[in-house]
Amino acid sequence: MLISVYIPFLVTVTLAVLAPPVARRLPPRPAAPALACAALVTAAGWAGSLALLAFTEVAQIPQVAEEGRWSVSALRSQDPVYALVAAVSTLVLAVCLISLGVAAVRQGHHLLRARRECAELPGHTELAVLDDEVPVAFALPGTPGRIVVSRGMLRCLGDREREALLAHERAHLRGRHHVFQSVWRLTSALNPLLRPVAVAGDFVLERWADEEAAERVGDRTVVAHAVGRAALASAGVSGPAALAATGGLVPQRVRALLAPPPARRSLPLLAGGLLLAVCCASLANAASESDRMLDSAQWALCTAHAGTTAAPTNRDDDPGHGPRGRCADPGRPERGERHL
Amino acid sequence: MAGQGGEEAHEASGRRARGELESDVLAALWAADGPLTARDVRGRLRGDLAYTTVLTILSRLYDKGMLARHREGRGYAYEPVRDEASHTAQRMHSLLKGGSDREAVLARFVSELSEQDERLLHQLLSGHDGILPDNRRSPGER
Repeated sequence: MLISVYIPFLVTVTLAVLAPPVARRLPPRPAAPALACAALVTAAGWAGSLALLAFTEVAQIPQVAEEGRWSVSALRSQDPVYALVAAVSTLVLAVCLISLGVAAVRQGHHLLRARRECAELPGHTELAVLDDEVPVAFALPGTPGRIVVSRGMLRCLGDREREALLAHERAHLRGRHHVFQSVWRLTSALNPLLRPVAVAGDFVLERWADEEAAERVGDRTVVAHAVGRAALASAGVSGPAALAATGGLVPQRVRALLAPPPARRSLPLLAGGLLLAVCCASLANAASESDRMLDSAQWALCTAHAGTTAAPTNRDDDPGHGPRGRCADPGRPERGERHL
Repeated sequence: MAGQGGEEAHEASGRRARGELESDVLAALWAADGPLTARDVRGRLRGDLAYTTVLTILSRLYDKGMLARHREGRGYAYEPVRDEASHTAQRMHSLLKGGSDREAVLARFVSELSEQDERLLHQLLSGHDGILPDNRRSPGER
C-alpha cells in the first residue's frame, strides 16, 4: 500500500511522456487501439489510486467508521498515508470526477447533435455533397454514418485524389473513429496528464485513415497529394490558422505518406502492455492491502467490544447487529461470509 | 459479431460496395464542369467498371432525385441537382464551428494550416513530380 498505491501514477506519467512519440512512429492501425487501451487503463488506475488514498482519510471520519464498524484509532495507527496526501487526493479526485462528468455530458451532446444532423441530411447515399464553394470534408458519425464533402473540395481534387478523400473518410466511419475520439476526450478529462495521449491519438486516427486510403487507392503519393491539396485549398479560403497549436499535423501526414509505410514493431506494444499490467497489479495490491487494513480495524473494534462489554448472551441474541455479525478472522478473505 | 454468417457478411460487403460506387459517381459529377454521359463518368472512375454498372448507378441516383439529365445523342447526360437555396451547407458549417471542441466527433479531412505548414507542404509536394497546381495559391504569399 505504501508504495504500490503510487505506482499507477508513475505508470501514467511514463506513458503520457513515452506513448505519444512512439505511437506516431508505429503503424497506426495497431497504435490507435493500443493508445485507447493505455488511456483507459491509466485513467482507471489514476482514479483508483486517488480513491484509495482518499479513502484512508474518509474512513477515519467517526460517522463513516461507525457505519463501517471499524476502529478509528486502529485504522489511524496503521494508516501509511499522510493526512495531507489523503486530503489533496480527495480534492483532486473530486475535481477530476467533476471534469469527467462535464466532458461526458458535452461529448454526449456532440454525438447526439452529429447523429441528428446525419439523419437529417438530404439524400440516401453514403456521400452528401454540400453545394458550397468553401472546401470542407468530414465524416459524420450516425447509423449509417455519412461522408460530407463540399463542391469546392471535390472540384479542387483530381479524379484519383477524390477517390482517396472518400476512402479516407470511409475509413473513419468504418473504424468507428468517433468512439476512439470519445475515449481520448473522456480519459484526458479525468486525468489531465493524458492530454498528450489524446493529441497523439487524434493524429494516429488520421494516419490510420490515410493508410487505409492509400491501400484502397493503391498509391501513397496520390493520398499525400490529396491531403496536401485539400489543406492548401482550405487554407486559401479560411485564411490563417485559428488553432496554431494543431499546426504541423498535415505536413506530418503528408511526409508519412511520401515515405514507405511504417514497419510493424511489437516491442513497444509489449512494453506498454507490461506497464499496464504493472499498473493493474499494483492497484489490486494496494486495494487488497487497504481492505486488509479495514478488516483488522474491524477486528480491533470487535475485540475491544468483547473486552469491555463481555456479554456473550447478548452476542448470541443479536447476530445481525452485534459485533459477532461483523467480527471475523481478519485473515479470512471472503467478504460475503461476514454478512451471514 | 462472431456469430455472423459468412453469407450475410458477403451480402453486407456487396451492399457497401454499391454504396461506395454511388459516392464515387456522385463525386465525379459534382467535380465536373458540366453534364457528363455515362461514358464520361466511367472514364473518371478508377478500375474498369462495366459500362452497364455505371449506367445502373446513374439511373438509380436519378431515381433518388439527386441527378438531373437531358438527352444527348442516344443516351443521357447527367448533372447533380444543385441546392444552393438549401440550408444544409449552412448547418454543416455551424456544426463545424460549434465551440472549441468541435472536432470532438467529426473527423475532418484536413486541419488548419499555419503559414509555416503551408510553406512546408509546398516544399514536400513540389519535391514529388509536382502535380500540385500553382494556380490555387502562391506559396510565398505576403
